[in-house]
Amino acid sequence: MSFDIVNFANVIASGALTGLVYGLMALGLSVIFGVARVVNFAHGEMMTIAMYVTVFLFASLNLNPFLAVFPVAAAFFIFGYVLQATVINPFITRPDHAQFMLLLAIAIIMTNALLILFGPDARSVRLDSLLESIELGPLLIDRGKFYAALVALGTAIALFGFFRFTRTGTAIRACADNWLGAKVVGLDVKRLYAVAFGLGAACVGVAGSMMTLLVDLTPALGPAFTLLGFVIVIVGGLGSMTGALVGGVLIGVSEAVAGLFITPSAKSMFSFALLILVLIFRPRGLLGNKL
Amino acid sequence: MNRRAVFLLSTLGAVLLFLPSFAGQYVLSVATLFLFFAYTGQAWNIMMGFAGQLSLGHSLYLGVGAYAAAALYFHFGISPWAGMWLSVVLSVMLGASLGALAFRYGVSGVYFTLLTIAFAEFMHVGFDHFDWVGGSGGLFLKVGQRDQVDLLNLRGTPVMFYNVILTLTGAGFALSAWLLRSRAGYYWQAIRENEEAAQALGINTFRWKVLAIITSAAMTALGGVFFAFYYNNLFPEQIFNMSRSIEIILGPIIGGIGTLFGPILGAALLTVLADGSTEIVAAIGWDVPGIKQLFYAVVLLIVIIFLPHGVWPALARKLRITE
Repeated sequence: MSFDIVNFANVIASGALTGLVYGLMALGLSVIFGVARVVNFAHGEMMTIAMYVTVFLFASLNLNPFLAVFPVAAAFFIFGYVLQATVINPFITRPDHAQFMLLLAIAIIMTNALLILFGPDARSVRLDSLLESIELGPLLIDRGKFYAALVALGTAIALFGFFRFTRTGTAIRACADNWLGAKVVGLDVKRLYAVAFGLGAACVGVAGSMMTLLVDLTPALGPAFTLLGFVIVIVGGLGSMTGALVGGVLIGVSEAVAGLFITPSAKSMFSFALLILVLIFRPRGLLGNKL
Repeated sequence: MNRRAVFLLSTLGAVLLFLPSFAGQYVLSVATLFLFFAYTGQAWNIMMGFAGQLSLGHSLYLGVGAYAAAALYFHFGISPWAGMWLSVVLSVMLGASLGALAFRYGVSGVYFTLLTIAFAEFMHVGFDHFDWVGGSGGLFLKVGQRDQVDLLNLRGTPVMFYNVILTLTGAGFALSAWLLRSRAGYYWQAIRENEEAAQALGINTFRWKVLAIITSAAMTALGGVFFAFYYNNLFPEQIFNMSRSIEIILGPIIGGIGTLFGPILGAALLTVLADGSTEIVAAIGWDVPGIKQLFYAVVLLIVIIFLPHGVWPALARKLRITE
């Protein structure tokens, strides 16, 4: 196989852009875990629902996915808030496995509800305006992928800003740092958990809307995205926000490169091997601080 | 075990033992499936229920166990009674290395659970590309004559398969009961309740946790051997799938983890539920893919929310049964 440096650079760029969208999804997972200590086993399934909503809005109202992110993010925030406030909050004091099973049950319900509603056929969004590639020196970059990555990055930056500069954001960070201390100073911890879950869900909503530009959609994607999200946040550091983005790009690039050298269907093996290595040698993840 | 428990156990045993002499094909196949889940649930229960180590990757041991014995039979005609030893050895090695790696480096809780998933998924993708056993296209065993029993090669009638899985389940129950009252069982329960306290008492928690994994892995691998020869076909996508792991753990969770009767009761309830829902769905003509799993998950949700310790502990209290 002749080694083509330009081709290789293209693959890396494309992987990094996809990785940013992965990263935003993982960021949602990381926020939910970092604050509410909930391991969201339904994360990929939520992503798939966001994708279906986006595709549906596109097919019925001809709404561009870049505009659809706003209603999708808002709806997902409310959905996440309500889910945490009603179903998950009572489980915070229960043992881990009870929480896992709860979210697994929710995940199975989501996947199969989608299967019943939409059937197993693949769907996608095709925007004519995105067919042309962007030329960046010798690089050829897919326009849809580029904009999707920009939106993901923008959302992540907005979220960072929220956590750093707003009172609610600071309060949520306080909850994550010291649950009891936050309670003592009079913060409504359960409400803040719900807000955190809502924010995590909104991230996944935006990521889902953008993901419709990158892959074809089937109900079966859910579990695969959940696993991908876990791989990313663990590699990056569970609970670390920058870690999730860095992990996303890392996994995006490594998947793309693995697809180049070994058969594409085996590329997730590469990610799982990376996950196992990180878990063993650096269980807190590459950028994870002690939890 | 009090007298009520012994009575319940012997009645259950007698009914299951004589079931083939009066039950039809259909009931027998449902009962076989029930026993399969009761058995694999018992296996998972040793690791989670007794020792408190949550695995969501038990499809790993099931799949490796199934593939090892099936491949030996397929390629070399080696009897599953010999092949199952390879299944057990491989699963034990995998379980031991997972446990050793995880516990050596202090991986626990959520991280441990995610590691079990990662191992299973790694193997899933690996077997998809393992051409010697058919890759993602699957491995198919020759179906023997359904009316002749060839116990040596595990080819034969549904009654034979029923008896094999009944024996396994009975042995699994006996092993669980013995382990729970043994030194290992007490150590495991101490680790489950408070690992640091257990360590402070001088228990080598590393060794006993690994022992819990390999016991569970070996039992699950035998379940895999049964699975391979009962169904005659294996696909990585099916046997290593995470949903397979979830299927295994549903029984004990619904029945009551850490108990002896829980996995059996849970498996029975789920089998009745699955079958009942299939019938209902067929009766009202609403037979769309996914409806059964949806129904399943809703029941699971209800049990988790309202019966956090499972059905069995509540029922046992009502019936005044102690294990």
